[in-house]
Amino acid sequence: MQRREFLKFSALLGAAGALPGLLGGCSAPPLPGSGEVSTRRTVCNICFWQCAATLYTENGKPWKVVGNPEDPHCNGRLCTRGTGGIASYSDPDRLKQPLIRVTRNGKQTFRPASWEEAFDTIAGKMQALAEQHGNDRIALFSHGDGGKHFQRLLQAYGSHAYARPSFAQCRGPRETAFGLTFGEGVGSPDRTDMANSRCIVLIGSHIGENLHNSQVQTLMQALDQGATLITVDPRFSVPASKSRHWLPIKPGTDIALLLAWMNILINEQLYDREYVDQYCHGFEELARHVQPYTPEWAYLETGLEPALIRETARAMARSAPATLIHPGRHVTWYGDDTQRCRAIAILNALLGSWGQPGGFYQQEKVDLPPYPAPKPPEPKHDWMAAVQGDYPLVTTGISNALIDHSVGPEAFFKGWFIYATNLTTTIPGIRRQLKQAVESLELIVVVDTMPAEITGYADVVLPECTYLERYDDLRNKAERTPTLALRSPAFPPRHNSKPAWWISRELAGRLDLGNYFPWQDYRDVLDWQLQQVGSSLEEMERIGVKAFPRKTPLYFESGKPVKFNTPSNRIELYSQHLARTGYDPLPKYTPPERPPEGYFHLNYGRAAAHTFGRTINNPLLFELMPENTIWVHPASAAKLGVGNGEYVRLKNPEGTHSHRIRVRVTQRIRPDSVFMVHGFGHTDPRQRLAHGAGADDAGLMHNVKIDPVMGGTGMRASFVTLVREEA
Amino acid sequence: MVEELLVTARYNAKVDPSLAIWSWEIPVYLFLGGLTAGIMCFAAYAVLAHKAADMPFTHDRFALWAPVVLSVGMTALFLDLEHKLYIFRFYTSFEPASPMSWGAWILVLVYPLMVLQTFSTLRRGYPALAGWIERLPFGPEVLNLSEKFRRPVAALVIPMAVSLGIYTGVLLSAFSARPFWNTGLLGPLFLVSGLSTAAALALIGVRLDREKHFFTRTDITLIGIELTLIALLIINLSTGAAQQLEAVNLILGGEYTVPFWLWFVLPGLLVPVVLETFELRGIRSSSLATSLLVLYGGFMLRYLTVELGQISTWTDYAIQFDPQLLLRLTH
Amino acid sequence: MINYAMVIDTTACIGCGDCVVACKNENHVPAGLNRDWVVEETRGEYPHLYTEFRSERCNHCGHATCVTNCPTGASHYWKDTNIVLVASEKCTGCKACIAACPYDARLIMHPQGYIDKCTFCHHRLEQGLDPACVSTCPTGCMYFGIMNDPDSHVSRLLRSRIHKTLLPETGNIPNVYYLV
Repeated sequence: MQRREFLKFSALLGAAGALPGLLGGCSAPPLPGSGEVSTRRTVCNICFWQCAATLYTENGKPWKVVGNPEDPHCNGRLCTRGTGGIASYSDPDRLKQPLIRVTRNGKQTFRPASWEEAFDTIAGKMQALAEQHGNDRIALFSHGDGGKHFQRLLQAYGSHAYARPSFAQCRGPRETAFGLTFGEGVGSPDRTDMANSRCIVLIGSHIGENLHNSQVQTLMQALDQGATLITVDPRFSVPASKSRHWLPIKPGTDIALLLAWMNILINEQLYDREYVDQYCHGFEELARHVQPYTPEWAYLETGLEPALIRETARAMARSAPATLIHPGRHVTWYGDDTQRCRAIAILNALLGSWGQPGGFYQQEKVDLPPYPAPKPPEPKHDWMAAVQGDYPLVTTGISNALIDHSVGPEAFFKGWFIYATNLTTTIPGIRRQLKQAVESLELIVVVDTMPAEITGYADVVLPECTYLERYDDLRNKAERTPTLALRSPAFPPRHNSKPAWWISRELAGRLDLGNYFPWQDYRDVLDWQLQQVGSSLEEMERIGVKAFPRKTPLYFESGKPVKFNTPSNRIELYSQHLARTGYDPLPKYTPPERPPEGYFHLNYGRAAAHTFGRTINNPLLFELMPENTIWVHPASAAKLGVGNGEYVRLKNPEGTHSHRIRVRVTQRIRPDSVFMVHGFGHTDPRQRLAHGAGADDAGLMHNVKIDPVMGGTGMRASFVTLVREEA
Repeated sequence: MVEELLVTARYNAKVDPSLAIWSWEIPVYLFLGGLTAGIMCFAAYAVLAHKAADMPFTHDRFALWAPVVLSVGMTALFLDLEHKLYIFRFYTSFEPASPMSWGAWILVLVYPLMVLQTFSTLRRGYPALAGWIERLPFGPEVLNLSEKFRRPVAALVIPMAVSLGIYTGVLLSAFSARPFWNTGLLGPLFLVSGLSTAAALALIGVRLDREKHFFTRTDITLIGIELTLIALLIINLSTGAAQQLEAVNLILGGEYTVPFWLWFVLPGLLVPVVLETFELRGIRSSSLATSLLVLYGGFMLRYLTVELGQISTWTDYAIQFDPQLLLRLTH
Repeated sequence: MINYAMVIDTTACIGCGDCVVACKNENHVPAGLNRDWVVEETRGEYPHLYTEFRSERCNHCGHATCVTNCPTGASHYWKDTNIVLVASEKCTGCKACIAACPYDARLIMHPQGYIDKCTFCHHRLEQGLDPACVSTCPTGCMYFGIMNDPDSHVSRLLRSRIHKTLLPETGNIPNVYYLV
């Protein structure tokens, strides 16, 4: 090349050709894991499944979180939300410091405060409250194990009222129903032995969209082994898509189907006679009770062909006792939910699956002694009688009942502690009561990691650090293999957040109740407990999860008698408790209300990407699913004049509108129903990702049905229509 | 019924919801590249066919426009790169299976050839510029050498320029993943279009009536061939597989029908060819307008082709979310 | 040549997106970009419906048009395998590879500008680990291994189960298989 051409040539390359160092080629970005990697053992807290996990950091920064292979909750594989949980550490919208409500220029606002100030404010109010009204007038609402610390605090103070919304808003009916039938509830993790099932029946349960880790794993294992899956759901859910039979049932008619199944099993002699003879009470009453409920009768109620009802009943019987009719998890639907769960329990008993492989196993937890500490004083009054007297069969707090008894100056409760639960979207139909309660309550303390909507009602907001930054009580659940799992911090608490064990101890100190919290460092508590069972904190920090041998049998042993915790000491097909308390001792069917013209059944559920509303703001999970959609059948969409991808507002018969929500036209839903994922439509602008994304279903629930037996809020009896957005 | 959608949000910039990696830079480069090829061809033809007297502009002055036009095109190409500092990597290897690599190296050969071609008639066409060059060291020697080898250079230019013109089309047609482009007709089409635009450009610069006449006649033929090739391209896609049918439907009833026929074929090909025919019949019309329309047509051909190829696709998943929401993550 | 393949059992895939999040964590994929994604395909007429979930990514094709079309050799086969990688120090960001991919599997790294995509976690393969997506899948429906080893799990799965690949008619020879 001549010199002039070379100059022209390099001029084309611009400055690049002249920059030294580039001509040699720069190195590519470093491969993941090639830096300094360290690990910490933890337990995921993104949902209640509490899978043991290992947190990896690279060069001091969070890298990834991976399931502990030794943990039967996850078998080394975290679910979508668990994998994304690492982003909760760096979420820029986290609560960073205590906040105290003040009035400035007539406007209410929050000002940042120190922990001392926050504790002094709370303690002062608690003491005043005790003097004026009594020390048993504070209610605790909590979700998650950390609530136990505040339970101890409040019990030491004198208040024993405690409700977990996961009872009255979620699994309450099944725990009550199975308790009445088998003497024990289903428990958590659910005692379903699906890995050995030959036939699994899901009544509305969408395992696979609700990612209860080992539930999903064992279900898929069963399918892999050729088990028959039967799904009863108005929507073609993920498990429906893997089922041999999908029963697109008319919403609200499940009990009709369950009764018809009982009818077939009994009349066609397909039930497990030996099992029923050995363990059950009330078979004759049941047999008489179900005679009118033929498949032909059920067809008129459910829309399911009688032949299909018969075929599925026979399929269940063929695989019995390894047939599991899954009790579901969130089962507060139509107000007769305890009775529906009773029907499920009865069917399982007829098939002989309780206590059998492929059915329900016996749970056992590790015999872990509590750390020696003074027992809180006994309560002065029976708060449950005062507040939940209408529900004598319930032995735990009913959150909506507690809220009802917090409204007005004469209400029983004068103060609330709320731990990690966003009551505004969790409990339907209480927005009005909530606002009224907030007027009359003298103290509301909210402890959370994120600025959820409920924090807007608080007098004091206390920031808890995430699970990645703290020790917590050892995980010890009643389950198949007794295990202990350790949550240990991978990072120091970010900003000015603190762990629950510290917050409760400090507050106790301000109230002169410090002697109930005889520990300085929670590591001492954990180490002491572990030493009692032949382990140590040092060992657990190394291995994360430790299994212990069972002391009780996993299944019923044939020939050996079993004593059930019921009045008859047998499995009560006919429930004596219910009869004595004036409820139906055998499930009855009530036809559901029909939607008004132009309205649809509002169905809601979960998505694998999120845990209710609490993960919407998590950057990794928001990126996966930033908004929910409203599923509409094409025929219904055509009638409404809405198209795929358009935005509409949902409207209920009382005229309440939702935020705008994106339409998904799909055949995967009955024409008389619509479906949306719960948890979106956040209104708090401090959650900058979640705010205004998608729509909230809870606010539309105009027709909340209270279950007469356990007091829970049935949420699936509401109706909505779609309103097109004006251009 | 088939419902196929993304369950997890995906919105990779310039890839979703449909391919948008090349906007105006690449069409500008392809247009100017074709134009360059045409200029070089005509200038070389004038030399080889001894047309110094009949086509003085083409013979003496046209060649200089080539490096100017190409350099603008190369600038556009540089602006398109996402990893600009590494542009030199085009020239640290040769990848025989990659038309783009061929193109990069063709340009390496084209530039010196182009300069030699310009220099070979510089004293005749641009005496002032030649005078300036002669004052530079080795200036007179370079110009003398170029003039001496005027004919051999012109002979080399023709295949080089034709390669350049065809390569701009093969560049796109080699992408089997883009159904609208994946036809062998694109190479010849872009070459012919390049020659046509060069003829139109020449019409702006020529003074001599017989030279004007030559280019008018030649352009009519070239546009005629261009229209034939476009027709063949449409026939090819219309008789092809499902993806090709979907691709051609974009301009036969789909959202690009109006832009293709009304904003490209009509003003960029049909109107100029009619005006040029009138010109030959003696009916005067603005040759500047005709030339501009042809040049506009040449650019629109590239612009629409680049758009249509990106939109035509094998994979098309519906999204279930508002992409604006994802912007919250990065803003 | 070592031919790696990923085999995904769509009958066991629940479309949960765990693979997507795990990949983002493992490979530090920036916000707003994804190397993999999940697709849902429903066919039929109500109520006789069939839904399939697929986790998709770069197919590390045997005849990768992204490799052939790359002008600088930045897009290349890793060692003697079918794993397609991008040498970022050779990438000019011309995006020919993105145009060449029928699967829309490639992305432009932000803010650097070089091209990026699934790497089959080759950095994990070197440690005897599976790719991050395969390791995390909660239903265990993803498998990974060497196809030219007849005794490998993936080979045995492909021999015993009906399977398909995406767009085989492109001629790219994709190496991600879906059991149906």
